[in-house]
Amino acid sequence: MADTAHAATDGAPRRDFLKLVTGAFAAVGVGAIAWPFIASLQPAKDTLALATTDVDLAPIAEGQAVTVMWRGKPVFVRSRTPKEIQEARAVPTSALPDPATDQSRVQREQWLVLIGICTHLGCVPSGQRATDARGEYGGWFCPCHGSHYDTSGRIRKGPAPRNLDVPQYAFTSDTKIRIG
Amino acid sequence: MLRFSFKALALALGLFATAPAHAAGEAIPIPDRKFSFDGIFGTYDRASAQRGFQVYKEVCAACHGLRLVSYRNLRELGLTEAQVAAIAAQFEIKDGPNDEGQMFERPGRPADRFRSPFPNDAAARAANNGALPPDLSVMTKARAGGADYLFALLTGYVDPPPGVTVMDGMHYNKYFPGNQIAMGPVLNPDQVEYADGTKATIEQMAHDVSTFLQWAAEPELEKRRAMGVKVIIFLTILAGLTYAVKRKIWADVKH
Amino acid sequence: MSIGLHNSEFKNPVVRWIDQRLPVFTMMQKEYGTFPTPKNFNYFWNFGALAMVTLMIMIATGVFLSMHYAAHTGLAFDSVERIMRDVNFGWLIRYVHMNGASMFFIVVYIHIFRGMYYGSYKAPRELLWILGVVIFLLMMATAFMGYVLPWGQMSFWGATVITNLFSAFPVVGDFIVELLWGGFSVDNPTLNRFFSLHYLLPFVILGVVFLHVAALHITGSNNPLGVEPKGPQDTLPFHPYYTAKDSVGLVVYFIVFAGLVFFVPNMLGHPDNYIPANPLVTPPHIVPEWYFLPYYAILRAVPDKLGGVLLMFGSILIWFVLPWLDRSPVRSMRFRPLARPFFLLWTVNFLVLLWVGAKPAEGVYVLIAQISTAYYFAYFLVVLPLLAKFERPLPLPESISRPVLGGGPLPMGAAAKPMEKA
Repeated sequence: MADTAHAATDGAPRRDFLKLVTGAFAAVGVGAIAWPFIASLQPAKDTLALATTDVDLAPIAEGQAVTVMWRGKPVFVRSRTPKEIQEARAVPTSALPDPATDQSRVQREQWLVLIGICTHLGCVPSGQRATDARGEYGGWFCPCHGSHYDTSGRIRKGPAPRNLDVPQYAFTSDTKIRIG
Repeated sequence: MLRFSFKALALALGLFATAPAHAAGEAIPIPDRKFSFDGIFGTYDRASAQRGFQVYKEVCAACHGLRLVSYRNLRELGLTEAQVAAIAAQFEIKDGPNDEGQMFERPGRPADRFRSPFPNDAAARAANNGALPPDLSVMTKARAGGADYLFALLTGYVDPPPGVTVMDGMHYNKYFPGNQIAMGPVLNPDQVEYADGTKATIEQMAHDVSTFLQWAAEPELEKRRAMGVKVIIFLTILAGLTYAVKRKIWADVKH
Repeated sequence: MSIGLHNSEFKNPVVRWIDQRLPVFTMMQKEYGTFPTPKNFNYFWNFGALAMVTLMIMIATGVFLSMHYAAHTGLAFDSVERIMRDVNFGWLIRYVHMNGASMFFIVVYIHIFRGMYYGSYKAPRELLWILGVVIFLLMMATAFMGYVLPWGQMSFWGATVITNLFSAFPVVGDFIVELLWGGFSVDNPTLNRFFSLHYLLPFVILGVVFLHVAALHITGSNNPLGVEPKGPQDTLPFHPYYTAKDSVGLVVYFIVFAGLVFFVPNMLGHPDNYIPANPLVTPPHIVPEWYFLPYYAILRAVPDKLGGVLLMFGSILIWFVLPWLDRSPVRSMRFRPLARPFFLLWTVNFLVLLWVGAKPAEGVYVLIAQISTAYYFAYFLVVLPLLAKFERPLPLPESISRPVLGGGPLPMGAAAKPMEKA
């Protein structure tokens, strides 16, 4: 480097150090400016506060299902028949693409609570009404790309990689749940 | 004090010329009340704000809404989650429609906004002799003088000077523009019973509720100032560094 | 120009590859690297860069605010308060945008003052100046429409009063006003179109700013002496000299900006704008934002509706012809012993208009406004044309490097030195 001789003379190294520190400081400042903008895109406080939904289970007869809205997404609440429960529990987990026992997916065996969004690409599977297509396993069937879910909401056949997600929920009484 | 140096700066920039417009109106000057949130480093006195919330809830809320504030926001005043949930549950919030298509009332949740006392402005006027009690959510930002003005107004009820007749249903107030206000002197000594044993004088209640409403209007104030101090310190250092670099670069240029 | 790859001087292979095909690096190097810039700028020459940065800040914060804002009369006020309360850092972004408008006007006013004081509008920079006036007009329109968006009392009544200005024009007036409103008063359609235009115009400003800068780089910058650089001894490469100097100004500017945003964010606003718009109640004192007060004062100084409106628009339109009103060959007021006090008086007069615009239109204030308005126009229409004829300017320096008259020949070695730093 031809500049080396110059750099050795007084003044030059201090300027370089100064420039480095100033540049670093300015870079930190620019980074700090970026953060509030990114954070403003995250869910706002009122959006987060609204993140619970209460569902009254009393009117849901055995074999029926309701769809409720939670965080802008459909949540399936299904009152399962003894036959459906038995089917779900009879399957060995080794036969499943995404192994999970039925017991691990419900809090009370009659009530199955799921986020009604296909884990493939986000469509809403059909099967909430008895007349809907429910797929080969009697649960739900996603019409977009042909994923079949069983009566525990587990993926059995098709392109979806995971079982239908179970949202966080709790029984606030025998006939009420709070999702979120 | 530092707050005033910013105003002095603005004066130097020739901007202060606009300020008189903001103080427009014939009301007499608002006395400066000492609040915990005055100045650059001021913060909200939580105990005072909580008492102020009690005054709002037991006195003001009969007529004035606070529709932009949510019950959950009370957590910021130091209330626990359970306290907030209990407060929210005292109010019946309109919700719906339910599965039958009907609107229904349910107990409030922390996520709900404060329930307004009247369903709409027309109902509010009808119940108040044609006067509209304004919503208080941003009141300190919406009045010149802010919290100082609120305090002055609440403690400014005096007998009208001789020769002034107060219209029917109006009240004389030293600090209200035009002096005749529809709102009566609502605060009376010991009107509320403070849980912490503070004596509920008119002045105390007015001070507390002004603090509470200042918080309601500018809940971000503490965060804003804290961040501002950091930003200005950072920028001052950066200014020094940048100036040093500039000096160095320009050292060999003859002017 | 021959067809083929650009002859790039860059060594870095990636930069070189791009530069050969699209010589943006060569252009940047030419316009912001080695660009010869007069060596005698003072800090007034920071304000163009500051205005540019402020425009960027306004666009960035505005884009993010618009993601949360609802342009509907029933929702606008609450959506702004939701930004203040619930959106993460929403208060920061909104206060920066709100005070950024004021800062933008402060910066641009100083920029215009500098242009007038140092005669930057004179040949060959007339078009540069005219583009600047176009930017200023677009800024005013943008700021006015932005102030309507929070849908407070001042938003509503400001919009009502300003749009009603157009009703002063005979025959077409009412048609224009209804066209602006999209209805029979300022209402939801008005709010919607103002939001749309408030989003659009900043990008138009950006385009005109590009032309403004392009024109600047053809003629080169003016300087405090108003004498064109005579050679390399009078100039410095833009980088690092003026990048460093602009950075200093920028950081100091940010300190003032931050002081406003973090400690007195509502100082320059009007409290009434925190009262939701009410079409049935006019606030006792309607005042526009501070940066419009001088023109507002001119409007109110004239007792005739159409006359007031014409004079108000004329007060800015007259800037377009300033290069032809002031025919004095001397640019910088430093060498104009008569024009200088007249211009400084004009500046004070402008501030008086700003002050009186905030006062009630009654009593002595009307008289002050009328006298100030008269001087505002007299400076352009009488003082400057006459001074061009009768003023005897001070002797001009021979060049920037030799501010004193009658020096010997330039020492070439010393003069060439700064160029080595490039």
